[in-house]
Amino acid sequence: MKQFRSFLQKELYHIFRDVRTIMILLVMPVIQMILFGYAISTEVKNAKIAVYDPSKDIATRRIIEQMDNSKSFDVVEYIVNPNEIEKLFLEGKVKMVMVFGENFNENLLHGNKTQLQLITDATDANFATSISNYASGIIANYQMELMQQNKIPITIQPEIRLLYNPQMKGAYNFVPGVLGLILMLICAMMTSMAIVREKELGTMEVLLVSPMKPLLIIIAKAVPYFLLSCINLATVLFLSYFVLNVPIAGSLFWLIVVSMLFIFLSLSLGLLVSTLVDTQIAAMLISGMVFMMPVMLLSGMMFPIENMPVFLQIISHIIPARWYISAVKDLMIKGLGFSAVVEEISVMLLMIGVILSISLIKFKVRLD
Amino acid sequence: MKVIEVENLVKKFGDFIAVDNISFEVEKGEIFGFLGANGAGKTTAMRMLCGLSKPTSGHGKVAGFDIKSESEKVKANIGYMSQKFSLYHDLKVWENIKLFAGIYGMKKDEIAKQTDELLERLNFESERNTLVSELPLGWKQKLAFSVSIFHNPKIVFLDEPTGGVDPVTRRQFWEMIYEAAYNGITVFVTTHYMDEAEYCNRVSIMVDGRIEALDSPLNLREQYKAKNMDDVFHQIARSAKRSDN
Amino acid sequence: MLKYLIEKEFKQILRNKFLPKVIFVFPVVMLLILPFAANYEIKHINLSVVDNDHSSYSSRLIRKITSSGYFNLTNVSDNYNQAIKSIEAEEADIILQVPKDFEKNLIVEQTSKVMISANAVNGMKGGLGSSYLSNIINDFANEVRGEWITVQGLSSIPIIDIVPQNKFNVHLSYKIFMVPAIMAMLITLITGFLPAMNIVNEKELGTIEQINVSPVKKFTFIISKLIPYWIIGTIVFMFAYIIARLVYDLTPAGHLRSIYVSTAIYMLGISGLGLIISNYSKTIQQAMFVVFFFMMVMILMSGLYTPISSMPMWAQYITYLNPLRYFIETMRSIYLKGSGIIDLRYNLYALIGFALLFNTWAVLSYRKSS
Repeated sequence: MKQFRSFLQKELYHIFRDVRTIMILLVMPVIQMILFGYAISTEVKNAKIAVYDPSKDIATRRIIEQMDNSKSFDVVEYIVNPNEIEKLFLEGKVKMVMVFGENFNENLLHGNKTQLQLITDATDANFATSISNYASGIIANYQMELMQQNKIPITIQPEIRLLYNPQMKGAYNFVPGVLGLILMLICAMMTSMAIVREKELGTMEVLLVSPMKPLLIIIAKAVPYFLLSCINLATVLFLSYFVLNVPIAGSLFWLIVVSMLFIFLSLSLGLLVSTLVDTQIAAMLISGMVFMMPVMLLSGMMFPIENMPVFLQIISHIIPARWYISAVKDLMIKGLGFSAVVEEISVMLLMIGVILSISLIKFKVRLD
Repeated sequence: MKVIEVENLVKKFGDFIAVDNISFEVEKGEIFGFLGANGAGKTTAMRMLCGLSKPTSGHGKVAGFDIKSESEKVKANIGYMSQKFSLYHDLKVWENIKLFAGIYGMKKDEIAKQTDELLERLNFESERNTLVSELPLGWKQKLAFSVSIFHNPKIVFLDEPTGGVDPVTRRQFWEMIYEAAYNGITVFVTTHYMDEAEYCNRVSIMVDGRIEALDSPLNLREQYKAKNMDDVFHQIARSAKRSDN
Repeated sequence: MLKYLIEKEFKQILRNKFLPKVIFVFPVVMLLILPFAANYEIKHINLSVVDNDHSSYSSRLIRKITSSGYFNLTNVSDNYNQAIKSIEAEEADIILQVPKDFEKNLIVEQTSKVMISANAVNGMKGGLGSSYLSNIINDFANEVRGEWITVQGLSSIPIIDIVPQNKFNVHLSYKIFMVPAIMAMLITLITGFLPAMNIVNEKELGTIEQINVSPVKKFTFIISKLIPYWIIGTIVFMFAYIIARLVYDLTPAGHLRSIYVSTAIYMLGISGLGLIISNYSKTIQQAMFVVFFFMMVMILMSGLYTPISSMPMWAQYITYLNPLRYFIETMRSIYLKGSGIIDLRYNLYALIGFALLFNTWAVLSYRKSS
């Protein structure tokens, strides 16, 4: 035990001496939270648009004014020639051009239909759909204004309630994802690299001939990363609660239990990788490719799983972070109890069992 | 002819004076031993001579070139081998030879010819296509030394070349050093092993950044009335204030 | 001299157990999975219905909703508490409650209510789902109103006919929007960060010392590290080009030449950034962290997933410092819109600026001797 303690001290010293790495490790979740919480959004805000208005009458002026006044749009160009449209798009200056027909107001008032074209830069298909929907909404509003005198018969008013996240904050969705990503990074990627580093520099041999049990060597290597993960877990929860105002709706106790389980799972993944490769670059690439990328893409952190093609949805089942993120959503956001996460917990336990056994067997084989 | 001339060389890292005003000369074809405890400053001094580190003050000439202003020319005329590095582990034996020979600007057919000769001389032809990572340590060191003098430099710097090598291989290693010196290559070697110091033509002993003694092993033994170099070293090093690390 | 060093790099890369596989498998996986995974389109929203009216209007409304293509009816409950269970179990995403007397109120009072409760853990999905649902309900009201007006013989209302037109991407495919951006990301990883890791690896193993005492110029050494990755980057790019063509039927609307010019400038710049990182890192682990940190911020702030114009102003200013932002924009414009070098001149100026800045900084901070 005394040996273990001194060895552990060496490992802690190794990591905490490297101020820059520690800073990045501690600051990274904070930056992620800030970026996700404040910078990243799919809302339509101040989208730049251009207007082609040959009519220049009361109706077109009113519509343009309403567009410009809305938070969603900024009218930045008035063009006089439809030929300019192409160039504006090619230079990426505007996202949409509104093209009014001639004699707009006259056609409108005399009962005829009048035309309004919304040409969008649909390179970003989703954004194009959103802005043309928003613009249609504003135009429809104007239409309503016109009909105000007439009493409109037959209306159905939908009463909308947004459950769990009434302000539709993005934070509710990404906080669990950031947790999954950070823990994966520190536990799986860093641990595997730390172990492989000793192999690559040849110091592993020295350690293995020492009277320390090999398993203890590995555990001592994992402990600092375990501690760091705990600090980061606390940081993320603290920031999301106090800064982003995401409540912890369910039991904090079970949230921590599930997180510990996931940390443990990631550590065993790190151990597994370290038994498979010999160089740090390989460890990094494997963890990056097999762990980090899928966490970002397939765990539901950035993109909703249910939108994916079925085969990707099936693949997503073998990604540990998917289960963790789902459990965190249940416990933290929806405020459900332990019974809701039994499935997630069992899957994670099973994964730990399998991964740990494989890596311990491989580790033993390597020693023989 | 002098191939290394050093005058009042100083290297400071902040307040710490790693090398404190050293001066010495090395003759062509000499085997010059550079001794000192860990932290005495011998690696720093050697790095300055190789152009890896700029001196804070003082002058030095290696192979006739100034180490401050002509460090690239110095580099073209020296060989270097350290215990820490030897060769690229993920390259084969012949690939390492070819790489370093190419770096020093040797011609292609010349490289091929000399590679064959070298492998034959070392009795190493069977390992031509072996990855260096698969060679035993002793062989790696011998190969590394051969590679470091492959381009026939004026001087070769050896930084603790025999660390961790068994006595038989060390013996063979020193035979290779003698052969190189016989062929006119000056050898500048740092070592921990005092028996190796006896093989040198002259040795200098560094303590706390200064050269405390510089002479042939025989003269040093007489001067300090010691029965071997180990004893000499301990008498001198006793005064050291900077301890190991 | 350079020839021997480049030969060495290629041998080392090819001899590595993982590197060659990763360099080629990774782009394929990214290109095949990411566009499918990165899908914000909200489709297939699972609907739970609580119909307390059981009238002809209520069933007409529900039929209209389920036939819209956006909603799958996955749960029918008798009351709200039962319906909410289906949300908790992730069987449903949104609940529509039709109150008792829905039809009666609509006919007698001319107005009626329905309740929508959406799972908004994913705020965007909840918001969009409920607005789709209210749009359909509105349409339904319009339909009913139309029938009413014909029956009553009231006058018609002014109509603005909105004609949406989607330029450059007629089918509104989000996938082809992602593909050029993924190419940009791959180039960043392969030509920016892999050589940086490689240099740090030599530092950590100590092999760089042997090069430092040789007459190899620092410029030669660095170039020998970069050239192989530039070549690999170009090969990977062509590879990605073929995949884009075969899988997504996507070919650049602009000139291939413009793509090559801008990619070359970007490669130069981003490998400079990699070199800076390698100069300041002693161990691979350190370098990895810095790289990971940079990659994360650069990707999030590049407009890859979310439009830059949706960011708050302070965040938009930060994106101006992000070379990846300009490159992704450039790639997308050339690929999808057919923009030319002239159209994209400001982006290219920015990329050239970054290339100069990074490489000057890299050369100044690289020290062969201390």
